Amino acid sequence: MSLVEARDLATGYDGLRAALRGVTFTVQEGQAIAVLGPNGGGKTTLLRVLLGELAVLAGTCTVAGRAAYVAQSGRARLDFPVSALDVVLMGAYARTSPWRRLGRAERARATAMLDRVGLAGRAGERFGTLSGGQRQRVLIARALLQDAPLLLLDEPFTGVDRASEAELLAILDELRAEGRGLLVSTHDIEHARRWDRVLCLNGVQIAFGPPGEALTPQILHATYGEELVTLGEETVAVHAHHHD
Amino acid sequence: MELLESELLRRALAEVVALGIVCGPLGVWILHLRHTYAAESLAHAMLPGLVLAALAGLPLVLGAAGGIVAAALLVALAARDRRIGSELAVAVTVGALFGLGAALALAPDTPARLSELLFGDPLGATDGDLLVAAGLGLVVLLALGLGGRALRVTAFDPGSARSLGVSPARTSAGLLVLLGVAIVASVQGLGNLLVLALLVAPAAAALRASDRLVVQLRLAAVLGAVSGVAGMALSYYADVAAGPSVALVACALAVAGSLPGRRRAVGVRRGPIEGLAGGR
Repeated sequence: MSLVEARDLATGYDGLRAALRGVTFTVQEGQAIAVLGPNGGGKTTLLRVLLGELAVLAGTCTVAGRAAYVAQSGRARLDFPVSALDVVLMGAYARTSPWRRLGRAERARATAMLDRVGLAGRAGERFGTLSGGQRQRVLIARALLQDAPLLLLDEPFTGVDRASEAELLAILDELRAEGRGLLVSTHDIEHARRWDRVLCLNGVQIAFGPPGEALTPQILHATYGEELVTLGEETVAVHAHHHD
Repeated sequence: MELLESELLRRALAEVVALGIVCGPLGVWILHLRHTYAAESLAHAMLPGLVLAALAGLPLVLGAAGGIVAAALLVALAARDRRIGSELAVAVTVGALFGLGAALALAPDTPARLSELLFGDPLGATDGDLLVAAGLGLVVLLALGLGGRALRVTAFDPGSARSLGVSPARTSAGLLVLLGVAIVASVQGLGNLLVLALLVAPAAAALRASDRLVVQLRLAAVLGAVSGVAGMALSYYADVAAGPSVALVACALAVAGSLPGRRRAVGVRRGPIEGLAGGR
């Protein structure tokens, strides 16, 4: 079943000019799609239109069921006093009336989600004191508590060390195996190679297809322009300036 | 205990304690959502409303409410021009309104009540004033309780809020409305300028004392009430005006909480605070 179907989609911030156009792709159950592109190329814009936060200016875009958003963990306020468990419980807010307390069942589920991402013992720790990789996993646990079939991850590997990166990748593989759709915006071309499809954006869609077809030097040059550094015949790297 | 012997003083004490209990937790959210600038601006901008109410012989609460609504509309209107931006819009609108209020208040034909408007007079509170303050305060506390989750998400992770079912813009606007209600409730007791001390100081002290949100909210309410009681005592025994005494005690608590060796503040050390129009 298609979780996302976009056809010639255009979207933008002020409702007049399109920041991103000509986007045609699908996400099937159990598929992981890498979204590649330079900063300002439209990666976050695409995630926001799928969340319903931006208007569709042209074309069509259907999202089956709910989508959960996993922000860059550095975007959250690290000095705000919340524990890891508090953050995961935010995933239950939308389905709980403000008049009612979050019940024991929701708390048990939230704890189970933390356990799933390997942070069972950290429930009471303050979010801001966790490492970058741990924070990212807490945000994934929050998305899991939202029960969404589609997860939109915004540069989840930014500010994450190698060991945590491997753990994150293993978690994402597990989620894919249980039939969830993943849309992962990233600067890392090597990560993109291991997933099912690659969507290259630079204001417009440059390519969409299996990694073997979409990650050619020509397409990458069209996607990144001068940000692309060629390290050899096969190897390319992106000179990435992350958002702050 | 002599404080409790006079009906006048008992009522004044009840008024400032009630305001402290409401302003404390509200202030915690104002600091966490970084709306301190908006709080200060709203408090200043309602002066023309207060003066006009005083001139017309209407209850101050009505003037305050009218003043705040007019100020909010003007700021929103000015901020719509992108070349101006929200911070400048707030600064110019508030400056103009405060000036207008002062000009009205200092006009030769106006009775000399400006100081009462700016700094309040808890000893002049009637049973009606106390009832209005308590009622509005209850509304604010109830709304903070119901909106706690939305406030949490907005303060912590506004970028993800929409996908969690929370609108950060609506939550911020709601908090500013509650702020307006609290200022209106405080006009009689503390005036439109001194109320700021009760909004920000106990909350700042609570943020420094604890890194648990629930503790911060409760502690701020307690410190707000303590500021009220200690401020009234100071006023009574040192023969200082009541409103300023309460404000001074509240600020002294915040300063004591930030002495070296204390925990670092949460949320109050960050830079410019978003403006009335919702900031960037």
